[in-house]
Amino acid sequence: MDSDHQSSYKLNKTEKKFLRKQIKARHTLLRHEGIETVSYATQSLVVANGGLGNNVSRNQLVPVLEKCGLVDALLMPPSKPYSFVRYKTAEEAKEAYVTLNGKEIVDDLGQKIILYLNFVEKAQWKELGLQALPPGLMVVEEIISSEDEKILLESVNWTEDIDNHNGQKCLKHRRVKHFGYEFRYENNNVDKDKPLPGGLPDIWDSILEKWLKEGFIKHKPDQLTVNQYEPGHGIPAHIDTHSAFEDEIVSLSLGSEIVMDFKHPDGVTVPVMLPRRSLLVMTGESRYLWTHGITPRKFDTVQASKGHRSGIITSDVGDLTLSKRGIRTSFTFRKVRQTPCNCSYPLVCDSQMKETPPSFPESAREASQLEREYVHRVYEEIAEHFSSTRHTPWPRVVDFLKALPSGSLVADVGCGNGKYLGINKELYMVGCDRSQNLVGICRERHLEALVGDALAVPLRSGSWDACISIAVTHHLSTAERRVAALQELVRLLRPGGMALIYVWAMEQEYKKKKSKYLRENRLRQGKEEEIHSDAAEPGSLGEQVPDAGDQDAPCRVSAVTDVRAGGGSASKVTDAKLPVHTNRTSFRSQDLLVPWHRKGNPGRDEPVGATESRAPGPVFHRYYHVFCAGELEEACRTLSHVRVLQSYYDQGNWCVVLQKV
Amino acid sequence: MKLLTHNLLSSHVRGVGPRGFPLRLQATEVRINPVEFNPDFVARMIPKVEWAALLEAADTLHLVEVPKGPIEGYEHDEKFLRQMHHVLLEVDVLEGTLQCPESGRLFPISRGIPNMLLSDEETET
Repeated sequence: MDSDHQSSYKLNKTEKKFLRKQIKARHTLLRHEGIETVSYATQSLVVANGGLGNNVSRNQLVPVLEKCGLVDALLMPPSKPYSFVRYKTAEEAKEAYVTLNGKEIVDDLGQKIILYLNFVEKAQWKELGLQALPPGLMVVEEIISSEDEKILLESVNWTEDIDNHNGQKCLKHRRVKHFGYEFRYENNNVDKDKPLPGGLPDIWDSILEKWLKEGFIKHKPDQLTVNQYEPGHGIPAHIDTHSAFEDEIVSLSLGSEIVMDFKHPDGVTVPVMLPRRSLLVMTGESRYLWTHGITPRKFDTVQASKGHRSGIITSDVGDLTLSKRGIRTSFTFRKVRQTPCNCSYPLVCDSQMKETPPSFPESAREASQLEREYVHRVYEEIAEHFSSTRHTPWPRVVDFLKALPSGSLVADVGCGNGKYLGINKELYMVGCDRSQNLVGICRERHLEALVGDALAVPLRSGSWDACISIAVTHHLSTAERRVAALQELVRLLRPGGMALIYVWAMEQEYKKKKSKYLRENRLRQGKEEEIHSDAAEPGSLGEQVPDAGDQDAPCRVSAVTDVRAGGGSASKVTDAKLPVHTNRTSFRSQDLLVPWHRKGNPGRDEPVGATESRAPGPVFHRYYHVFCAGELEEACRTLSHVRVLQSYYDQGNWCVVLQKV
Repeated sequence: MKLLTHNLLSSHVRGVGPRGFPLRLQATEVRINPVEFNPDFVARMIPKVEWAALLEAADTLHLVEVPKGPIEGYEHDEKFLRQMHHVLLEVDVLEGTLQCPESGRLFPISRGIPNMLLSDEETET
């Protein structure tokens, strides 16, 4: 902000405010996004707040920008709260800088947004290092010699055996041939019981051995698909069926280069150049979550400056050129999977989607069944891992327990691993939980606990000075059962006794502050252990291995929408399947399944050059009913002999303190 | 399971109502776990104890030196409080059963943990 015009007059209050904000935006861009702004006028500006991630669309922004001059390019990176604009001249850019700073526009959701502009050297995206290959993806260049390329291409006999066992087919957009197992396009799977005679051609033996030895692949493949693409051919975007093949899929490109498009379910597309004689290695996220495909066309848009090197094709309009496609033959090697897939991406995993998601319960019996399958059984399975992520008691629960008179009898209904049972040595606390494994952990810690149900707590009536029910009632699947569980607590209390109840809140953003559950979304990557010791949420905090949920940038967390109507009573939708929640995002439904990723095998070797850190563990789904504002309090008010002493929000939970009268 | 915990347990088999207490204890393995003596704490537990249930449980375990009930001025009677401390907090039932006095339903105690779960049929109303 050291431009000349500034010193020529005194800034008024509003201008000063905008100036402050503009400087702040500049610092934020540098610190969080590595975008360096410059203090002199250039043709290009970064437009803070004017980004797709802020719900500002291109159609909205362009007219605003064009008031100041001809827009040469507008780069809008996906899910980012800013964009880059390049004007024809620096004069026009300067005009925009002066007139549009502090400009208010209305975004797609009708929210007011104020733009802050700063000059940048160049309106570029890639050179800022902001776009990266999909995690787990690697391209190894020049993996074989030109001589070998020739031999390998000649080894494929496209003319023989029309009626063969190697399943040769001319598909709509390419020719294809299978070895080892035939890939069936009707169900996108292989017939595991019917390997093709002859296995993989002998010519590949030594090459595969070499790749294994050099660490490009980890397992010897047993299935080969050869595809031949003429210019204009392509393959639709797809994910190789999870249940059909193991994690690692590799593909050798011979004859010609091609651009393959990788697409994340959030909508990010990354075009990747696969040079001639290179090996594409897909593992982890890039293999399981991203689709890949080849657009049918005769020319590819490629990076002029990179020639035929591998890498991402960026959206830098200043560096793009066309490359004529030749005939490319790809050799894709896979290993047929013998067990169901247990990856961390259940939403796109056929193994994990096979069991149809449960429906919203219509009767007490169905509710009990749902809870047995999707609460009790799951906790039993995940008990040990769950417990290892639950060592930090919540401060306000601790406060409640510490404030009780010495010698109080306290029941912890749904005690889990017993993290509250030993908080205050002056109390006699007894824990109760459905999960034998969790109660076993309490017992190992020399805590008093027993196995029992929250709807029939096996404790004496009217004799307890206090009860706590922390993160329990949200696992009951009908309003009647939730009220019954609360009534059980009241039954246990002596007159005058108090109960503290915590349930997970639908609202994970309260008074404009995101709960820890949402905030940790960003922190988690690479910091798993630290977060473990810092878990805050009852439901499912800080415990999972990195998963698909990590993709959600904070800007995607929008206001809660789609809330079911009705405070205490769950509105019934006939045969409605329960939606699966994406961890660490806002809730989109009050009744849902929350995935738990049990830690995978940490002993696995790191894949060469790949970025994922760990084999994914199996996924479990827990049923939750997340409570809306006022819902818990309302349920408590329907109880007999009860007075609500306190009702509050604490880190993504609704909480009530009640007293038996 | 400590005997103070046993003193607070109750069965909720359908139709039993308040008659699910006290549970009849049968023990096959009992251990004595030394616990630090806190006379004030023990004194505060005394009024909360259901004596008949405690005496019955202590009897099945053949415990000796169990006070028959609260005595005058027990808050300051160290001998009484130590005896109660031992019975309520140091006796630990590892293996055995608990039986509902009304329905006869047996609940197992295994590795110190009573399992009080009931089937849907046993709880439905």
